[in-house]
Amino acid sequence: MNKVNDRSRDIGKFIPAEDDGRIICRCEEITKGEIRKAVHEGMFTLTEIRRYLRTGMGLCQGQTCAKLVKSIVAAELHVSPAELEPATSRVPMRPIEMRILGNEAKGGDLNE
Amino acid sequence: MKRYDLIIVGAGPSGLSAAIEAAKRGLKVVVFDENEKPGGQLFKQIHKFFGSKEHKAKIRGFVIGQQLLEEAEAAGVKTVLNATVIGLYQDREVVVKIGEEVRHYKGDSIIIATGAAENMVTFDGWTLPGVIGAGAAQTMMNLHGVKPGEKILMLGSGNVGLVVSFQLMQCGCEVVALVDAAPKVGGYGVHAAKVARMGVPFYLSHTIVRAEGEECVTGVTIAEVDNNFKFIPGTEKHFDVDTICLAVGLSPMSQLLKMAGCDMEDNPRRGGQVPICDSCGRTSLPGVFVAGDVSGIEEASSAMIEGRMAGIAAAEYLGFIEKKELEAELLSLDAALDGLRRGMFAPENRGKNITETEEHIPVSENLLKHGYVTDEEITRFPGFTHAVGVHPVMECTQNIPCNPCQDACPKGCIRIGEKITSLPSVNPESDCIGCGMCVASCSGQAIFLVDETFEDGYASVTIPYEFLPLPAAGTRGTALGRNGQKVCDAEVISVKSVPAYDKTNLLTMKVPVDYADKARFFVQEQV
Amino acid sequence: MENRIETHPVLGEIQKGKRVTFTYNDRELEGYEGEPIAAALKSAGVMVHRYTKKEHKPRGIFCAIGRCTDCVMVVDGKPNVRTCVTPLAAGMKVQTQYGVSDKPFEEQDRA
Repeated sequence: MNKVNDRSRDIGKFIPAEDDGRIICRCEEITKGEIRKAVHEGMFTLTEIRRYLRTGMGLCQGQTCAKLVKSIVAAELHVSPAELEPATSRVPMRPIEMRILGNEAKGGDLNE
Repeated sequence: MKRYDLIIVGAGPSGLSAAIEAAKRGLKVVVFDENEKPGGQLFKQIHKFFGSKEHKAKIRGFVIGQQLLEEAEAAGVKTVLNATVIGLYQDREVVVKIGEEVRHYKGDSIIIATGAAENMVTFDGWTLPGVIGAGAAQTMMNLHGVKPGEKILMLGSGNVGLVVSFQLMQCGCEVVALVDAAPKVGGYGVHAAKVARMGVPFYLSHTIVRAEGEECVTGVTIAEVDNNFKFIPGTEKHFDVDTICLAVGLSPMSQLLKMAGCDMEDNPRRGGQVPICDSCGRTSLPGVFVAGDVSGIEEASSAMIEGRMAGIAAAEYLGFIEKKELEAELLSLDAALDGLRRGMFAPENRGKNITETEEHIPVSENLLKHGYVTDEEITRFPGFTHAVGVHPVMECTQNIPCNPCQDACPKGCIRIGEKITSLPSVNPESDCIGCGMCVASCSGQAIFLVDETFEDGYASVTIPYEFLPLPAAGTRGTALGRNGQKVCDAEVISVKSVPAYDKTNLLTMKVPVDYADKARFFVQEQV
Repeated sequence: MENRIETHPVLGEIQKGKRVTFTYNDRELEGYEGEPIAAALKSAGVMVHRYTKKEHKPRGIFCAIGRCTDCVMVVDGKPNVRTCVTPLAAGMKVQTQYGVSDKPFEEQDRA
């Protein structure tokens, strides 16, 4: 089992910090403290954090905060950010209205 | 579903370059780009590029963008704009949002050239209106003609932070400080020097404590940091600003590749999550190639070469050309790319502490700490010479891959030699005619013409000058030194603007002869 | 107009579309057709585009290329429109966005 997923590992207690109130995910307004706490509540992977807190699930789809969240979670787990698997990438890569996502074009020819 | 020989995602420098090479070899190519206009970030790059002729050196970024578009059109490349690729599936199926519809395309080969996204740092108040990315500043001023702010603090001393600071001043904004948490300037010394000589103070080993303001930015406080990047109490400095600009690096936008199941790695030297690929961009997925910043953060010049390689490799993959042709093409492109990856800023030197140049000259420590070479330090570099009559003074002190000055001089006064990163030196056998082509050709604005025998007791100093309004001959003002401080009073003798200079005006000022080695910028105010 | 770069030392005269008027909340503003809504607002000195849903904090232009979605506003009645990549057209109705609404939070609470 890799280090990141080893839940029996002692990562220490959550220690409040001065900058815990700082917004990290700008869209969903999730703070640094919330992310750090989530790790201590057992959310070790970025995918878990995302589902737990909605970081990177807002309008911009994590374009701005993905790297920031990753470094906060890594620091809390005492691993290097490179050791954390990035959150899943899936369709749609950009925000899109449901009515457009559901509007599949017939054929595929571009309107010339 | 429509089929293409090659589908390219991203119409920036690498995507367009790839499209051109593939289309020239007979492939049916389509390029999708989510933006309203093609060219990626090239049209925001108004400075002259570095490199050599083959890298389009001394040509401004937006002109290169125009040239690529023309080449792409001539080659029959189809570019679809406002087309957002939202998915990349197995067997090279691409899903694109175009207008109010979602369309599916099949590519026999695919090149992902999605580029990079800006990194951000957080500090108290970083979500306030007025805190913007450096890319946002470039977009507003260079594409839309709107000033990003009046008084601006720049965070980040890499090439982006330095170049954007200069561009902000070109459009009339004031840059109050350039700040970086790192102990040394990250970008090219010549870029730093042109900002420093305009009087912008550099604060290395400093970062932002907080942005101030209720509804939008009204000020900023910075403080010094120690080796662990922790604030040192008592070192706070406040600036009244309306804008804080963040230039703290880029990350590859590689999510599409991850989605498609491509083998990825987290490689800090390439800027983050990147696909594992070979030198011409082949990924672990058959027929899927990558080019440009998506496979590792570099300059636009490298992205264009990588794009060409990937385009040719795609042509070979589909059997449009023989393997022999591919190998021959790659050989010369590899050499061109290799040239750009040399010198002090080469990828292999990232993070290294370089103390001397290839010529074994100690580097300027002041340049790395404060953004300018001191009057004492400059004398040890080969481009800094004295002569009777007008002659070039080249204040190029770092080994960077760039040599347009050598070709620019019609008299062969400037020597760089075979090695593109060598520091320029003066050829003592040649006679300078004062044409100024070297001054205008230097992308780093580091060449000056000096005539210590101009008039009795007075010297003339010619500087590159890309600001408005242009002062008229006879205007009296102040000469500033490399550090941006007043050196002496100065009088403008002439301002030359000929098409061959490509918007780099040559301002010649008269200064007392004792200041010929020090006066490096001109301001119209009496300081 | 304030904040506009009239002539640029490298780019020369800045090419612009037709001059048009649009409304920003209750004000009538001018801009150039086809430029991003955000550019027109910026040149008129508008900094705050929206107030966030949870903390009611002001936001404005951040990335200016359609990625960060911080500059979204209510445009012609439609919320979450990225003003930095949406071209300005004559007569557009641009409103500050509160959460996802064009109504200030106090009015939203009443409803």
